[in-house]
Amino acid sequence: MSFDVALIVDSIPKMLMGLGLTLQLLILSAVLGLLLATVLLLMRISGKWYLDLPAQAYIYVFRGTPILVQIFIVYYGFPQLGFIRDSFLWPILREPFGCAVVALSLNTGAYVSEILRGGVLGVDRGLHEAGSALGLSAHQRFIYITTPLAVRLAIPAYSNDVVSLMKSTALASTITLLDMMGIARTIVAETYAPYEIFISLAVIYLIMTWFIQKAFGVFERFMSRHERQ
Amino acid sequence: MSANVTDPIIVLENVDKFFGPFQALKNVSLSVRKGEKIVVCGPSGSGKSTMIRCINRLEEHNSGTIIVNGHELTDKTNDIDAVRSEIGMVFQSFNLFPHMTVLRNLMLAPRLVRKTNKVEAEALARQYLERVRIPEQADKYPIQLSGGQQQRVAIARALCMKPEVMLFDEPTSALDPEMISEVLDVMVDLAREGMTMICVTHEMGFARSVADKVVFMDGGEIVEVAGPTEFFESPRNERTKLFLSQILAH
Ligand SMILES: Nc1ncnc2c1ncn2[C@@H]1O[C@H](COP(=O)(O)OP(=O)(O)O)[C@@H](O)[C@H]1O
Ligand SMILES: [Mg+2]
Repeated sequence: MSFDVALIVDSIPKMLMGLGLTLQLLILSAVLGLLLATVLLLMRISGKWYLDLPAQAYIYVFRGTPILVQIFIVYYGFPQLGFIRDSFLWPILREPFGCAVVALSLNTGAYVSEILRGGVLGVDRGLHEAGSALGLSAHQRFIYITTPLAVRLAIPAYSNDVVSLMKSTALASTITLLDMMGIARTIVAETYAPYEIFISLAVIYLIMTWFIQKAFGVFERFMSRHERQ
Repeated sequence: MSANVTDPIIVLENVDKFFGPFQALKNVSLSVRKGEKIVVCGPSGSGKSTMIRCINRLEEHNSGTIIVNGHELTDKTNDIDAVRSEIGMVFQSFNLFPHMTVLRNLMLAPRLVRKTNKVEAEALARQYLERVRIPEQADKYPIQLSGGQQQRVAIARALCMKPEVMLFDEPTSALDPEMISEVLDVMVDLAREGMTMICVTHEMGFARSVADKVVFMDGGEIVEVAGPTEFFESPRNERTKLFLSQILAH
């Protein structure tokens, strides 16, 4: 097998033209997913079965089915539904970009809510009791005690989830989007050089992973400044 | 409704508490007047923690009556946070908020619950750190302090709310022996200043020097209540005698 270096040098800039789209997918889905996750978390820990059960069912479905299937359902399935075509969501779901963001957010929200819940459950019960004993309301305890400690506990797992979300954005290329993966597939279709192109693409994703992990490492150190002796 | 000074500030009447089928408190009755110091002792599992945790409703009792500072504690007590803010509690495991400095630990509840402004809350916090003799630790995080220092911060944190009553649940049991006295000294000061206190402890020296009454619990029941001299010199109940012989043997 010969390795065409010139082709790599030529195609990396082309694939990087899709970096913006990849980052848009990642950042929008991460933010929306985090919002959804927070809502799901609050439902899970509300202590009210009529909130907890629907959240549990949602999480079960979205963690139990392939993300690619979820993307296809949103992209091919939703437009079939009249009420969606009539709703305010239609301008978003009419576009493949909107479909990808919606599907990725719905999926990551399910995972992240469980990560956050792990953080919340990891907060020492004694600290809640200390807060209660001082007269803090449940709401105040959640904001001032649970949240900062749970966030700290959740960072490592959350960081992994952002990395896997970043990798999942590549699936958006299956619904016509020209993110980095979409461009790579186009180049491969033209050049029949899958190794050079996909290996280069893999390296780009690896570098992004490295940056994400570094950034969360800094955040984690900041959030654990109280843990240093 | 004017309260007489000799009116009890805490009343427990025929209190039962179950954990599932297990009865942790059996018909417990106790009355504490303002300024009184009560020491509670008894073997492990006898219900001491459960009893004092019922007083600020960290545990909910199943039957009987608990009245704190004129408020009866029931399912319908909707101002439970306000009732709790009048009762200080110190835990065996300190339970300082690890992500806040000592100063912020002390300022949190006055600011949120009492709506004290920042400047006053900080002045109050520094004043109480002085009282527990660690003003220089204000800007450290709890993990940077020794156990004895952490427990003194926990006492100061409770005092910043200017509580009517202080509850202590084995405040020195988690401490290395050389740190016990620095915490007991602070508690003795507090007792001398007239604070109403209920202390679960096995520090019998402390009980002898500050207690007005010693309460002995066993198997979820209050078995004996007596003044400290009577309690240590001439306990009446066999279970008390057995317990004292075990604990004083150490
Ligand atoms: N949350 C709980 N669930 C079940 N059992 C409990 C719980 N808390 C305490 N108990 C039980 O109640 C009894 C009394 O406990 P506790 O009040 O902690 O005793 P003490 O403080 O005297 O050692 C023990 O047998 C303990 O196992
Ligand atoms: Mg106990």
